[in-house]
Formats: sequence, C-alpha cells, structure tokens
Amino acid sequence: MELLFEKSVKGRKSHILPACDVELVKPSDSFKRVQELKLPELSENDVSRHYSALERRTYGVNNGFYPLGSCTMKYNPRINEVAASLPGFTEIHPLQPEHTVQGSLEVLNLTEKYLCEITGMDAMTFQPAAGAHGELTGIMLFKKYHEANGDTKRRSIIVPDSAHGTNPATAVMAGMKVVNINSGEDGCVDLDQLRAAVGEDTAGLMLTNPNTLGIFEKDILEITKIVHDAGGLVYYDGANLNAIMGIIRPGDMGFDCVHLNLHKTFSTPHGGGGPGSGAVGCKSFLAGFLPKPHIVAEADTFKQVYDCPDSIGKVKSFNGNFLVVLRALTYIITLGREGIAESAENAVLNANYLMKKLSTCYQVVNKGICMHEFVLTMEKEAKESHVTAMDIAKALLDNGIHPPTVYFPLIVPEALMVEPTETEGKEMLDKAAEVFISIYQEGMKDTEGIHQKPVTTVIGRPDEVKAARNPILRYQP
Amino acid sequence: MNIPKNLKYTKSHEWVEVIEENKIRTGLSDFAQSALGSLVFVNLPEEGDDVTAGEAYADVESVKAVSDVNSPATGTISAVNEEVLDAPEKINENPYGTWFVVISEVSEMVELMDADAYEAFCREEE
Amino acid sequence: MGDYLSSTAPQRQEMLKEIGLSSMEELYAQVPGSLILQNGPDLPEGKAELEVHEIVRQMADKNHVFPVIFRGAGAYRHYIPAIVDTVVTKETFLTAYTPYQAEISQGILQSIFEYQTMICELTGMSASNASVYDGATAAAEAVAMCRERKRTKALISAAAHPDVIETVRTYCWSAGSEMELIPVKDGRTDLSALENMLDETTACVYIAQPNYYGILEETEKAGEIAHAKGAKYIMGVNPIAASILKTPGECGADVAVGEGQPLGLHLGFGGPYLGFMAAASAMIRKLPGRIVGETVDAKGNRAYVLTLQAREQHIRREKASSNICSNQALCAMAASVYMTSMGPGGMQEAAYQCMSKAHYLARELEKIGFSPAYEGEFFHEFVTKSPVNVQTLMEHLEENGILGGLPTPGGILWCTTEMNRKEDMDRLIRLIREVAK
Repeated sequence: MELLFEKSVKGRKSHILPACDVELVKPSDSFKRVQELKLPELSENDVSRHYSALERRTYGVNNGFYPLGSCTMKYNPRINEVAASLPGFTEIHPLQPEHTVQGSLEVLNLTEKYLCEITGMDAMTFQPAAGAHGELTGIMLFKKYHEANGDTKRRSIIVPDSAHGTNPATAVMAGMKVVNINSGEDGCVDLDQLRAAVGEDTAGLMLTNPNTLGIFEKDILEITKIVHDAGGLVYYDGANLNAIMGIIRPGDMGFDCVHLNLHKTFSTPHGGGGPGSGAVGCKSFLAGFLPKPHIVAEADTFKQVYDCPDSIGKVKSFNGNFLVVLRALTYIITLGREGIAESAENAVLNANYLMKKLSTCYQVVNKGICMHEFVLTMEKEAKESHVTAMDIAKALLDNGIHPPTVYFPLIVPEALMVEPTETEGKEMLDKAAEVFISIYQEGMKDTEGIHQKPVTTVIGRPDEVKAARNPILRYQP
Repeated sequence: MNIPKNLKYTKSHEWVEVIEENKIRTGLSDFAQSALGSLVFVNLPEEGDDVTAGEAYADVESVKAVSDVNSPATGTISAVNEEVLDAPEKINENPYGTWFVVISEVSEMVELMDADAYEAFCREEE
Repeated sequence: MGDYLSSTAPQRQEMLKEIGLSSMEELYAQVPGSLILQNGPDLPEGKAELEVHEIVRQMADKNHVFPVIFRGAGAYRHYIPAIVDTVVTKETFLTAYTPYQAEISQGILQSIFEYQTMICELTGMSASNASVYDGATAAAEAVAMCRERKRTKALISAAAHPDVIETVRTYCWSAGSEMELIPVKDGRTDLSALENMLDETTACVYIAQPNYYGILEETEKAGEIAHAKGAKYIMGVNPIAASILKTPGECGADVAVGEGQPLGLHLGFGGPYLGFMAAASAMIRKLPGRIVGETVDAKGNRAYVLTLQAREQHIRREKASSNICSNQALCAMAASVYMTSMGPGGMQEAAYQCMSKAHYLARELEKIGFSPAYEGEFFHEFVTKSPVNVQTLMEHLEENGILGGLPTPGGILWCTTEMNRKEDMDRLIRLIREVAK
C-alpha cells in the first residue's frame, strides 16, 4: 500500500481557510524558513480513502478477541466517546478562569473521589499521561518523602524479576538503584529474599498484585509489613487491577501509593498505543508531594491550588489527559458500586474458564485458580520440536484472533500471557479455545508449516533484523 | 564450534589475544555470537576510557535483547574497532576477526582459559 | 445498573461448573478474608446509559465555552478540518493496541511512519519517534538524551513555557542532575549570559521558538554558542510556526521537540496533547519511546515494524534511558491527518494568518494605550501593558463571550490564530474602550 507521500500530486489540496482578512505579515529574512516543506498534497477524498484503507489493515477490539495479557483489552464503551466529544469539554482552554471550568474541575474531583474509594487511597493526581509516567510520579513521591525525612541514604528500589520493564527503568529515572529479587518456585515474591533485600537503603518496593503471572500474592500483608518495618514504602503497579477492583483495595493491602492505567482497567480506549492516563493515588502522608495544581473542593466550588510548597513540581503541562479521565469517570458512573466488582469477578471467571479449556492441550504455568490472566509456556515444544510461542502467536493471526502477549513475563520461557477480560461472552471463549487448540495440534504435526505463518495477512513476518541494522525511519522521495 | 588455539577465553565468552605484555585485544567468541543471534547494534566505550576486569564495558543488541560484554582486564581503552559499529553482523559472520577494543596498561586480568579448557566449559554450558 | 458483560447469569453458572466451583466468591478463595470488601466500594449505584448521558451533559454545561479566544500560552484554538475527527474516531484506530504484531497492525504502523516523516519535514531533522506525552515531557526527555558521564547540567531558557521549565526541573531533580535557567533580557533569552554560563559540565541548552512571550529568538546563534562550548542544542518549536520559520535542522539543533496540540487536537482542558521529538542523525539511537521502521517480509513486500527496540524499557529494563512504554498514537494520527489535510500550502497559510492577525491586533491595541512590553519580532503571541484594571477588563470581555489574553506579572499575553476574524478583533477593541471609559 502506498504512503500518503507517494500518492501526493503537486498542487492538489483542500480549501480549509478563507483568505486573510488583515494585511499579510511574514517573518523577516533572518527568521524565515528556507528549507521547502514537503508534506503530502492530496484532496480530501484521497485522505479519506487512505485512512479507510489503513483501518482495514488494523485490528481493534471491535474486530474480535484480543486476549493481550497485562493490557486489559476490554470493550471501550461508546458513551465514553460521546462524553469526550461534548463541546462543553473539548472547547475548554486549560487556562480559563476557575469559575468558567467548574464542570471540568468537578470531573477531576469526582473521579479522584471514586478512584480513591476503589483503591483505598486518600488523594489522587491525573497529571501523568500513562502507566509508566504514573510509576515515575509515584517513585518521585517516595523520593521526596525520604528527602523530607532527611533519609537521603534510601536510594534502592526493590523490584521482583517478574516485574514489567517499566518498573526498573522508572527507578533509574528517579535516581534510584534497582535491587532485583527472584520469585519463588510458585512465581510469587520470595519472603526470605525480600527480608534479605530490605535495609536502611530501601526507599521502597514496586509490586503488582495479582502479579504478572496472574497469581494473587497471598502473603501481601506480610510483604508490605516487611518493607514498612525496614522504613521503606510500597508502590502498587495498577496494571492488573482489573482482577480485584471493587473487591480488594490496594490501600488495605498496605500499599502507600498506586498508579492506575485508566486505559486498561477503566475502559478508556488504547488508540493504537495512546493516549492513556496514569492516575496516581497515595495515602495522605504523601499527598502534599503530589504534582501541582491540586484540585480542591471548597463548599460548592472547585479550586486549582498552585501553592503547594512540598509538591514535586510538575510531570506534564496543565492537568493531564483530561478527556481520558472523563471517559473513565463516565465508565465508573455507568458501572457503579456493584458493576465495578462484578466486572472484576467476571474477568477472573473468564480467565479461569479459558485456562481450564486450554489446559487439555497447553502447558499452563498457573497452578490452581488464576486471577484475570494466566500464562502458558511452549518451553517443551520449543526444545523438542522447535515450535515456539512466536509460532503460536503468528498462527493465531491467520484465524482472526489477536495473539496473547508473548515472551512476558521474562521468568517464564516461551510465555504466552492470556487475558480475556470480562466483556467476552462464553461462546467467544469456547471458539477461542477451539482455535488455540487446533493451531497447536496442526503446528505440532507440521512444524515447518507453522514457521511460515501468518499466510493470510497483508504481510508475512517482517525482517526485524534488517529493520534494526539499517534503520529507515522516514520516507525519502 | 570454532575455538582458535592461539587465543584465550573468559567465562563470559569473550576471546582475548595477548598482543604485548600489558596489552590485549578482545572480542566475542563463536559460542557467544551463536547464542545471541543476529546482532544489530553495539555500544562501545571511547578511547581513553578506563575499564575494570570482569565488569561490563560494552553491550550488544539483537532485535529483542541486550547483552553485556565484560572486560577481561583492568586498563585503558587504546583502540576501538569502528567497523563493529557500522556492521555488527560481522560479529556473527567472523567473530574472531571482528575485534571490539584494545586494552592497554593492563594491571589485572580475569581468569583465562586456553582453547581446550574453553571447549570443555562450553560443552558443560549447553 | 450498567455493565458491559456479554455472558448471561446462566452462562456464568455453566462456566463455574466447568471449572469446579459453585460461586463467584470461590474465585477469590486464596485471598485473605480480611481483604475482601464486604459491601463493595462506597460508590453510587450504577446507571443506565440514558442517565449517564444526562449526568455528563450537566457537568459539561457547568463549563463556559468561549466563542472567541485570544489566549494561547501553550494551548491554541486552531481550526480543525472535519476529516481529522472523522479519521481518529474510526473504531478500529480507537480500540487497537500498540502494534506489537506487525502483520495485523500495518495500518497503525504505516500511519506512525507517515507521522514520523511529517515531523522530520516540519523540523528539518533526520528522524522522529512515534511521539511522547506532550511538549513539556518531550523537553525533559530531550534533556535526558543529552546527558553524558561528564556533562549533566541543563541550561533552560527562562523564556520557555513555565510548564516546560517546571517539568524539566522535576525530571532533573528526579534524576539527580542540575538545571539552571538562562536569564531573559527584553523578552528574549540573554545569549551573552548564556555564553558565560556554559562550561565543560553543560550537557545541553534549551531554547523555545517562539518563546513564551511570543518573541522570536536568535535560534541559529544560540546553537552556535552551545556547540562552541561542547554542549548539545535542543530547540522547542511551535509546529504551526515551524512551517514558516527557520527549522531546528537549519539552526543546527541536535534535538527538536514541541507541543503538537495545535496540529488538530482539541483544547480539552489540557489533554490529551502530543509531544513530538526529532533528532539529528548522530542522536537517533538516543531517542526514547517507540519508533517505526521500514523493512520487508520474506516475499519482499514492504512492511513497517516497531524497531530499535533494544533502546527501550521492556528490553533494557534498568539500563533503559527512559521508562516510556507508549506513545500518544491517536493524537499523532490526528496530527498527521491535520498536516495532510492542510497540506504544505495550508500549513503555511495558517501560520501567516496567525502572525498577521497578531500584528494587526498588536497595532490596534497600541493605539488605545496597550503598549508592547517587549521589542522584537513576534509570531502569534505578544505581551502588552494594560492601562486599565486587568481583572475588570477580563470580566467585561467574558460577559461578551471573549476569553482575553492571559494576565501575567509582565503584562497581558495575547494570542491570535487563523480563527480570530478581523471583526472579532475590532469588537475586542471596542469592548476595551468601554472599560477604559
């Protein structure tokens, strides 16, 4: 398929702007651009067709099953989109006087209230734009807290080896040292290793619960106590909240700070990779450090308070991804008290059901009940027959199903991490199980053939080595 | 598995050529390049940088992974092979002909194996 | 109560039976009982869609939408061509994830590749990433790119946007590296002061073009000064202005960043916005975030794929230079559609109109006593003193549906875009005259 640039025809254009109604002023010679601006020249019809063609070469939740572990690809409700396109929200300048933005401030304040209730936190900021951004903000809160206590020796963040790559990368961006601890045989935090790892230099522990294997850390109260007793704080990576929202609160488990992925748990759409929102909640002793401004309710009005002397500062311009937060609020209002918990338990039900069905054929890592996701491994098949997790994923592409997450978590070789979410019906899970199983059986019979998959998609497997060795990162005429 | 007799080897699969008394040249062994897969990029230190025996001084990237390359010696980088930066695939094609750095003013070395010992070591690893 | 579950209650019973359980509670059997919320979170009951629609509409109605806006300061009301929202509301683009499986994501990957190309064209740089969160975080990430072992200090122009300064300051504190502000003289970065501040510990210099006051900086000279002392040069640019001003590439920048909101994104009370980042060829591998590259498949078909991933957190973990995992994909797509719909001629026309209308307004304001705070060529924003009480002025304008310029300690920061018609500006002048009386 051609690029926009390749379809360009000199002189073709749309007529978007009227003529200038004042005298034309241009930059003087010392400032003016010399280099030609080579953007595509197309008619609106060309543009419309181009993006429609691109849409056909994309796979969304609207196309089918999307069991990407750790990403929570649940259905994105359309009422959220209606809310986010109301001009009363889209046309608001972030620097309007406070009394003219009470609606938007109410949205932020109400969402804060509801999410604090769901997470067991006391205060929340919506400034971070994504999960990783939220992690950085949270660890910055820890850093500020220890600095304020004169505890400048606390520079280590403990991270389990099952953690998402953003966790250790975040710690380093916050000027911390990473202390890795290995998971136990059961895939959970090894308490002895944790006890050995904490000390006077511990700033905190970053943890996901359920963890990246979809297992609930049943020793969580002991884990948070160990870290607190050593003078550290505990950070909750909220990527897996979908398993427990409305049923268990991170605050009750002993976490001091959480980030939420509104684009995972709270149904805001993924948009092909963004925009998301990484809301960060914390207990009251950390609230003063949150980025500014703080949104505060005073009688009937909402205020933006910039006078926050203990704040870490800002992690982004203005207030964060407001229109994304609005979508999350719309979702929470829709589901309400019972709906939130019901979504979580159905996410867990669907995962266990699918896991049961696949266990007749695949090697399942999880023992017993899983949470909202589970992990399969192709380690044996890869060693004995050279059929890998990648092969299974590619074969799924020919069958209209988005593959699960592959090669994560790193502690499981040849991993396939499956997260169906609560919005899938029983018949979809039955059909998906059939497809997964038939691919496996076919693949083990024809091990050469599976390496050629996919064969029905617009391209076959891309040459990633070539792409990395000789990077071509833009079109050149 | 190709293991030239005239070179020495480290436990982390680097080869070492002793040029003079306190000067060595080093690169990655055939075992290493085979395990790493198609290499796409190398991050090397600069001339004049100090390196420490047993610690990482460079890393190599394949599409989906990054691996540290450890220094066999404590000393100073006196030469860097630019070719490796332009064409990392040469490491896969010709591991013993594609050196990474020359280290001079060597004061300490990690434990080195000769070709036979290294061959046995590799067989155990597999 | 609203929900989006597909399975019915009988179906759930069937599923429970198949996994050997008799109730949903048993799914949480291994969780310590003390942690289970007995009555659920303290939230209102769920609502039907009709009710939800009403609730959000009422909240929206509590905001005041200004029909006419003369305020910028980092967020700009531009005209968004109709095709932009049509494209970014397509369900598949909206609901797709990061394009990890290239074979079924060529649509997203190609659109990012096209976006990267457009950003390179706009900024005159060699390569662009797939975007970051916004202009402020882009600046902070660019500062991180320029850090080396012996050079870690960042010099940031005090004439940059306050949110950029604050964000960079927070990120630098976080990483434990130093940041200093380059003083401002007459609304412009003081380049002789900069010369004296540079030393062998300076990693980078950041200048915004135009700067926060709307004034055009001597960006080529600033770059020469930075490079002469061995520091890297980061330019933060307004993307509309970039179509008619000397590009960061032409000014010798090592990294170009900026806020992409003007490229087809709604004001939205501050987000989601778009951070673009582009680099000179020597800096390409230091770019954070996702990057799409071109390659082929086994049959020789052209294909797009996420590449240079070994820079990123999911591979390097604690050795990654940034933790960024995602991009602002849909916002980048909006920007691409905007730039394509406007075309090179339309982009430049929009820029000339922004600039021309600002100069008209500045002249008319000066005639009624609002003198410019600074000399110097400006793009579409400028600061004036105010001979009348600013609060009173803003209230009067608000009553008449106008959001006036931003009150700042140095004066009122006015902004015009192609959306401000001559009659709006003339009406503004008339209204101000009423306040003066």
